[in-house]
Amino acid sequence: MKTLDAVIAESPVFAGLTQEQLEFIVGCAQNVHFDAGQTIAKAGDNADVFYLIRMGEVALDLDVPNKKSVRIDTVEAGQVLGWSWLIPPHEWKYDVTATELVRAIAFDGECLRGKCDSDPVLGYALLTRFSQVLVGRLQATRFRLLDIYGTDTH
Amino acid sequence: MAQTLTETAGTLEAMMPVPYAVTAKRQDTYDTWTLELEPVDGAPIVPGPGQFNMLYAFGVGEVPISNAGNFETDERLVHTIRAVGAVTKALCAAEIGTIVGVRGPFGNTWPIKEAKGKDVVIVAGGIGLPPLRPAIYHVLKNREDYGRFVLLYGARTPSDLVFLDEVKSWQSNYDVDLDITVDAGDTDWKGKVGLVTKLIPPAQFDADDARAFIVGPEIMMKFVAQELMNRDLPAAAINVSMERTMRCGVGLCGHCQIGPTLVCRDGACYTWDEVENLIAVKEL
Ligand SMILES: Cc1cc2nc3c(=O)[nH]c(=O)nc-3n(C[C@H](O)[C@H](O)[C@H](O)COP(=O)(O)OP(=O)(O)OC[C@H]3O[C@@H](n4cnc5c(N)ncnc54)[C@H](O)[C@@H]3O)c2cc1C
Ligand code: FES
Repeated sequence: MKTLDAVIAESPVFAGLTQEQLEFIVGCAQNVHFDAGQTIAKAGDNADVFYLIRMGEVALDLDVPNKKSVRIDTVEAGQVLGWSWLIPPHEWKYDVTATELVRAIAFDGECLRGKCDSDPVLGYALLTRFSQVLVGRLQATRFRLLDIYGTDTH
Repeated sequence: MAQTLTETAGTLEAMMPVPYAVTAKRQDTYDTWTLELEPVDGAPIVPGPGQFNMLYAFGVGEVPISNAGNFETDERLVHTIRAVGAVTKALCAAEIGTIVGVRGPFGNTWPIKEAKGKDVVIVAGGIGLPPLRPAIYHVLKNREDYGRFVLLYGARTPSDLVFLDEVKSWQSNYDVDLDITVDAGDTDWKGKVGLVTKLIPPAQFDADDARAFIVGPEIMMKFVAQELMNRDLPAAAINVSMERTMRCGVGLCGHCQIGPTLVCRDGACYTWDEVENLIAVKEL
């Protein structure tokens, strides 16, 4: 099994960081797992953590008043879960549940934010990378508004 | 150029609807039905994967509908139709025993035989799956002739996924890498949520030696083609099926023209490099 350092260094979201920056990030990381059906976070919870999913799948659900909750996205192995740790008010926006056994690396957002404040170079590097995660989510939402399956008949 | 008498006779024949009876009918989603058709007289027509027929709801009108049958084992015509307007609503309302007119088969075929020895990537959006079904059955029947077989299927909601049990049986009975996602799930949906494009980066295929086949709305095909090209699959290795309003189906009326091409005659199957610039979708 790969070490934490190796998995983090190989993840596209941390690609291009210096050895020193990676070492610091590894210092804020730990392996975690969630059983199928386990709640990882509830909407409104304090978001002082983000995850790199190594195995399994996580669902993001939104409660719609008077309706069943809507599953708006799933995050699979290799993807990053969570950006709210970086942007105030640091709150989860959705209910987050493991749909199957999930193995992930959890990053302590508070520890990373502190480091970003004192090391603007690392701060900029992480902001750039997480902006990409955010832009990806934004694009997916826009595509969904376009209803890409509904415009033609087949 | 003037037509010969034989050509004229052929064209006239192609314009004459042949009566077919609806012999089976199934509701797939709230607005989509699958009809099976058999000729009232004589032998059925034999379409190829990717071809379409003009279906005539008598007294209402005629529309192009892709062939969705399993030509490897079955001669019945199978058409999956979404009720969107007068003609498709009339066809979807046809009961068993109703007679409809059939002209065809028209258009070219998917170059599925040319993909022999290569990995095959099929990407379907919504009711884009049925037009790919004949090509899928060809690969399944000749599974050992092809490399990896990746089937990626996306729809708006779980209830918009058609032929789902059959699709899952392909995964369990053949060596098919199946991945499914919906735009919006509900709490009963156990699978992935998100656009079909998200299934492409993790898909296992050799971009140097693969062919992709996409059917769905044009905007979906555009995003999927872009994502496949991000995986270094050349545009010429990506096949799509185009939809345009049709009247004659045989290259006479010009209704189905896009740029220099007539979809009924030169398509409906094209490679992405042939149509990329003809699909006008403004950037988001
Ligand atoms: C080669 C080809 C294969 C096709 N295969 C299938 C199939 O397998 N199953 C199926 O359900 N449909 C298929 N279609 C689309 C089908 O032909 C149209 O839905 C049909 O012509 C609509 O006719 P209508 O009289 O019911 O509706 P209309 O009254 O003509 O149209 C109703 C609404 O649908 C829109 N519309 C009509 N045709 C199209 C189209 N081609 N693309 C986008 N929007 C359209 C119209 O703008 C209008 O808003 C195919 C089309 C082509 C060209
Ligand atoms: S439908 Fe008449 S030319 Fe294509």
